[in-house]
Amino acid sequence: MTRAIAATNDFVVKFANVNGSGSASANGLFVKAILRMGVPVAARNIFPSNIQGLPTWYEIRVSGQGWLGRRGGVDLMVAMNPQTWARDLAEIEPGGYLFYDSTKPMQTDRFREDVTVVGVPLTALCNAAYVEPSKRKVLKNIICLGALTCLLGIETAVVEALLAEEYASKPALIPANIEAMHIGFNYARDHLAPLGLQLERANAVGDRIFVDGNTAAGLGAVYGGATVCAWYPITPSTSLAEAFTDYCGKLRHEPETGKARYAIVQAEDEIASIGMVVGAGWNGARAFTCTSGPGVSLMQEFIGLSYFAEIPAVIFDVQRGGPSTGMPTRTQQSDILSTAYASHGDTKHVLLLPEGPGECFEMGAQAFDLADRLQTTIFVMLALDMGMNEWLTAPFKWDDSRPLDHGKVMTAEMLEAGADFGRYKDVDGDGIPFRTLPATHPSKGAYFTRGTSRDQYARYTEEGALYVDNMERLLRKFDTARSLVPAPILRKAPRQTSYGVIYYGSTSPAMDEALAGMEARGLNVDALRVRAFPFPGEVFDFIAHHELVFVVEQNRDAQLRTLLINEGGVDPARLVKVLNYDGSPITARFIQGELERGMGAVDVNMTGEMAQ
Amino acid sequence: MTYIVKPQFHHPSLPTNALGFTRRDYEGKVSTLCAGCGHDSISAAIVQACFEIDLEPHRLAKLSGIGCSSKTPDYFLGASHGFNTVHGRMPSVLTGANLANRDLIYLGVSGDGDSASIGLGQFAHAMRRGVNMAYIVENNGVYGLTKGQFSATADKGSKSKKGMVNSDSGIDLVALALQLGATFVGRSFSGDKEQLTPLIKAALTHKGAAFIDVLSPCVAFNNHKGSTKSFDWVREHNEAVNRLDVILGRAPVTASYEPGSLVEVAQHDGSVLMLRKVAGDYDATDRGRAMTYLQERQAVGEIVTGLLYVDPESEDLHDALDTVSKPLNALSDAELTPGSSALDKINAALR
Repeated sequence: MTRAIAATNDFVVKFANVNGSGSASANGLFVKAILRMGVPVAARNIFPSNIQGLPTWYEIRVSGQGWLGRRGGVDLMVAMNPQTWARDLAEIEPGGYLFYDSTKPMQTDRFREDVTVVGVPLTALCNAAYVEPSKRKVLKNIICLGALTCLLGIETAVVEALLAEEYASKPALIPANIEAMHIGFNYARDHLAPLGLQLERANAVGDRIFVDGNTAAGLGAVYGGATVCAWYPITPSTSLAEAFTDYCGKLRHEPETGKARYAIVQAEDEIASIGMVVGAGWNGARAFTCTSGPGVSLMQEFIGLSYFAEIPAVIFDVQRGGPSTGMPTRTQQSDILSTAYASHGDTKHVLLLPEGPGECFEMGAQAFDLADRLQTTIFVMLALDMGMNEWLTAPFKWDDSRPLDHGKVMTAEMLEAGADFGRYKDVDGDGIPFRTLPATHPSKGAYFTRGTSRDQYARYTEEGALYVDNMERLLRKFDTARSLVPAPILRKAPRQTSYGVIYYGSTSPAMDEALAGMEARGLNVDALRVRAFPFPGEVFDFIAHHELVFVVEQNRDAQLRTLLINEGGVDPARLVKVLNYDGSPITARFIQGELERGMGAVDVNMTGEMAQ
Repeated sequence: MTYIVKPQFHHPSLPTNALGFTRRDYEGKVSTLCAGCGHDSISAAIVQACFEIDLEPHRLAKLSGIGCSSKTPDYFLGASHGFNTVHGRMPSVLTGANLANRDLIYLGVSGDGDSASIGLGQFAHAMRRGVNMAYIVENNGVYGLTKGQFSATADKGSKSKKGMVNSDSGIDLVALALQLGATFVGRSFSGDKEQLTPLIKAALTHKGAAFIDVLSPCVAFNNHKGSTKSFDWVREHNEAVNRLDVILGRAPVTASYEPGSLVEVAQHDGSVLMLRKVAGDYDATDRGRAMTYLQERQAVGEIVTGLLYVDPESEDLHDALDTVSKPLNALSDAELTPGSSALDKINAALR
């Protein structure tokens, strides 16, 4: 018999639910209760493209050490969905626990011998206590929460306080919920032994906040001064526009009149969304849209216009798997190439690569300064994992002395003083021209905006030499961007090493843990987290200083690696692909395994890229 | 160089408007369209209309899509900012520009290919949103720049220059605009400047989505026998429902009209639209009857022109969004960025 797992503040719980069963709020309470006990938690929704009926999972990693990536494996499965019973059971680690609704007897061959089975007759308890179907549906989840509270050693006072907060706006519901919680708690106390997995009050959460990246980015847009948001609903980006709407409602109304200092339009499609953003940017407002890969595909023509006509725009791309009927509710980092080189003609675009909600807020604000400064489209590349899941992160910060950077905008005073205004003229070598906004001056500074068939003074021409001149200036401008975007962050191994690893975005939490794991094993690898494209010089220096560099990504085609090879002339043989792209967030176990294999540190057969 | 600058000097006796501008101040570069193109007449009518309503040229933003018609904004209002956007997408760009600064006047210029084919969706949604703009379609039923393919407004049964007969039903943008909620809908003919100029003046001073469909024959590809968009055809079938005069708010009404034949419509900006009835008891403020009338006349082959519908109580997108009166592009950092103390409260709510 396998020994039951015993662990305190360090285990993985997975809830297997049916979509639309009302489990989400109970799951959220479970997580908050653990956080309130001072124990770090990382929670991830794994959900189908469906509103009701299909299976959905909620995976909670409890980590006293503070690891926030997905660990892989499940120690306690709360199996509430008969449809997925077999695969849920199979996923439990040897020695783990299965929690299920034991109202109906289950055949013994449907369990595993190496797993501790914990049955609570949730339906029976619920039906005995409640008559109305609506109450039965909702409160069964709370009874379940009560039972787990007892079995895992969660403090009941914390759960009671959370229930009171949850229903603060409908206080009549509070006693019923607390009662339901105690029904589950008491049953477990009277009939079952506590599990080997236990929670203990700690002080490891600190002042951190628990927030999803879409909310953080939406708030970042408010702080970054965005006034126009045009968007089209698409999973997983919708909640970003909704967050912007909510925060604007709270923070952006003129005190005297109550009127809105923002305009949000739900457009008819993604093409109209980016069209409105380009129009607003042309006219001097800070504007953005949020979308996902399919939306970026539709926006291609306008992205090119923004590049060539040099119009500020911000696009938040919350990346997901596949096309329309692909894996829209699963995470990926698969839009790197389609954004970096978006549109027709010779184009390149600035990408910001936040690692989680904290940077979603920072870069979400910074993107608008960069768009105005560089007069072009700035992509902020989120992924579903960070966009739609709440992550524990340092509190948001804002420097009140920081002015917004509106870039090179020529004013009526400058024109009046005799400034020579050439809309596409490089005045100081950084490749960035001055622009005027419509209606700046009665007789000076007006120009006609079009694609590339114009000279430095925006006059129509189709002359080849002038076209080339302009295209070269756009490259100089892109080079200027290199020094303005967030620099990569280097994390050196304790000892000198010829191995390096490059990673970005939502791989960060798993990478932190993988690096610590390797360090504990005495394996040295320097790590560089890339935070933007175009790549600053440090990125290529890092590659040059290591014999072998792993590039960890969550896509099939190693897109960032391709970009590194293409932009830096790097020998492909020195960049090793480490790829996870099945739609579930990358894990520390996977990264560490791949890196160790690549470094020859484990005695196993090499797979994939390394085998060759 | 392939651009031509028009000389700026002019005869000292040229008349000036209330702001002291002459008509020349509203002109642009020399047109590169075919000699005799209907679109150039529309550009001239736009110049005349802007001159007559005493518009400060730089307070207007002109936007267009792609096509012959969309090239024209370079040929008028040289002191205004202009934007030649992408094919069929002018409405969205104009919408965004309008959101950024509600204080300017927005003129969208498009064609039948640009608005009825590739851009039909954006046309429709800009109308139903009530974007404050004058939207002119220079409608010739044909793709000129690509040399003579039918556009979506070509009538069923009309013949191309190469002799092909169009088997698809034509899209009537006026009927669509009425159905979609445009608050100002007119139709005119590039060959009738007396009718067109006041319509443009009224559209520019209208608050909300103002749409004018202007039949504008293509002399190169669609002015032959068998076409229903030729000069001859349009002249023969043109049936005006009314004649319009636009009286600016500050000007006293001095013209005298026959009693009973006149309808006055006051607009938000104080201007008054004086409509002289031509066709029976046509009421330009009744959307439902306007739609019915158009259908009836179209069935007997008439092209109904004039101010077909106007809603004097119109509202625009900014009203719907309840935005501040100050243009969004002029808000200060302090008005935009809530600051660190607000952020502390947000942080506290996320624990």
